[in-house]
Amino acid sequence: MIEEIRSIIRDHARLPVDVDTLADDTDLYQAGMTSHASVNVMLGLEDRFDIEFPDHMLKRSVFESIAAIAAALKDLQVSAAA
Amino acid sequence: MSVAVDRDATFLAGIRQIAEDVAAEHADDVDRQARFPVETLSALREQQALSAFIPPELGGAGISFEAIAEACLHLGRRCGASAMVFAMHQIQVVTIVRHLEDASWFEAYLRSVSEEQRLIASVTSEVGTGGDMGRSIAAVTPAAEGRCSFEKQAPTVSYGEHADDLLTTLRRAPDAEPGDQVLALTRREQITLEPTGTWDPLGMRGTCSPGFIVRAEFAPEQVLPTPFPAVSVQSMVPVSHILWSHLWLGIATDAFDRARAFVRASAKQKPGEPPPTAQRLSHLMSELSLLRAEVDSALRAFVEASQEPGRERLSTVAAALRFNNLKIAASEQAPRVCQGAMGVCGIVGFKNDTPFSVGRHLRDTMSASLMVANERIHHTNASLLLIAKDV
Repeated sequence: MIEEIRSIIRDHARLPVDVDTLADDTDLYQAGMTSHASVNVMLGLEDRFDIEFPDHMLKRSVFESIAAIAAALKDLQVSAAA
Repeated sequence: MSVAVDRDATFLAGIRQIAEDVAAEHADDVDRQARFPVETLSALREQQALSAFIPPELGGAGISFEAIAEACLHLGRRCGASAMVFAMHQIQVVTIVRHLEDASWFEAYLRSVSEEQRLIASVTSEVGTGGDMGRSIAAVTPAAEGRCSFEKQAPTVSYGEHADDLLTTLRRAPDAEPGDQVLALTRREQITLEPTGTWDPLGMRGTCSPGFIVRAEFAPEQVLPTPFPAVSVQSMVPVSHILWSHLWLGIATDAFDRARAFVRASAKQKPGEPPPTAQRLSHLMSELSLLRAEVDSALRAFVEASQEPGRERLSTVAAALRFNNLKIAASEQAPRVCQGAMGVCGIVGFKNDTPFSVGRHLRDTMSASLMVANERIHHTNASLLLIAKDV
């Protein structure tokens, strides 16, 4: 899952640095992801994992790092299975 | 609870009196001369209104946010520029109070605002960012002896020359990305302002907001601990939009009141026959009601969401859309109401020296769609709407 998240970030986050140089817990916004680019990351994730982020998850803290995104996706898949 | 309600009521009675006795008297002169509303500000200081929102333990009055918003409306009814200066100062105070995180420098600073009634201005816009407050070029830069400095080219600094202190958005460090921003509070004696323009605008003339190159040297503790992006979505943006829209509603309400006074005066001249303008006034009232409803509901939504732990709801895309829409709707509706009032009053509304003049109201509210340009907000919303689910 982490690799898929990284590839979506590579395609959509428009970071000034290579995503491979970032740790899983690096703050993506501090690394240069704009709010506009983060929307594209959200759309890319929804498309790739065939999920929908509910409104309460659509906030900065959920998308601020690769690890945070992975945790959110796990939450969603768990709740979808329940 | 009732103590707090009494405190709010006393505060608002004082504000109404300042609006009626001071702001109203000087509003036309402030507008004509494009001069700072010194009389209103000195009356506000005398009533300790600049520290109204600061908690009592830091020397303030602990007035509620709802009462601060209502104060903007009352001042807006009598002098748009006075209301805007008051509102912008309160935006900075509310922002600092909500994001202090026990930082001792900022606690001491708020005490000095309470004691000295210091006026805070903000330096958020910057030449070269295309009006995007979420990006900075100027940065917190290390200076000699562990201190910091910055130099920022600001296209406008509202009441910059009249402020005691400045709250400035900056990149966290010289090598930080444009969106990696913090807020720095610098005091008058730490700042130099080099004017880069003049101030002769169409409306809101008393806010005295020319451009400056702002330079400052300060201590690292003067940077607010919470990063600006969180401060921005949870406080600065929604608070700005709510307080601005309250004062725009105030200006529009006075324009409506003047139109109503005009219709009543015409009705008295021919008793028994409703004047044709009465019908137009009725149309205008429904326009004003829409504005009032939008402003009220946004205030309620913000206060409710602020009471939740961590204020998480304010950080969502849905909340950003909500408070962006308030700004767009109110900034378009307020001048519409003022123009409608001019339509009711006719030539006596168009003239600047009658009891029914609404030219200043119309000009002042025309600034609303420009302060943070509505098209920029639409651009943000357009992107957020792609991902939001339930708006």
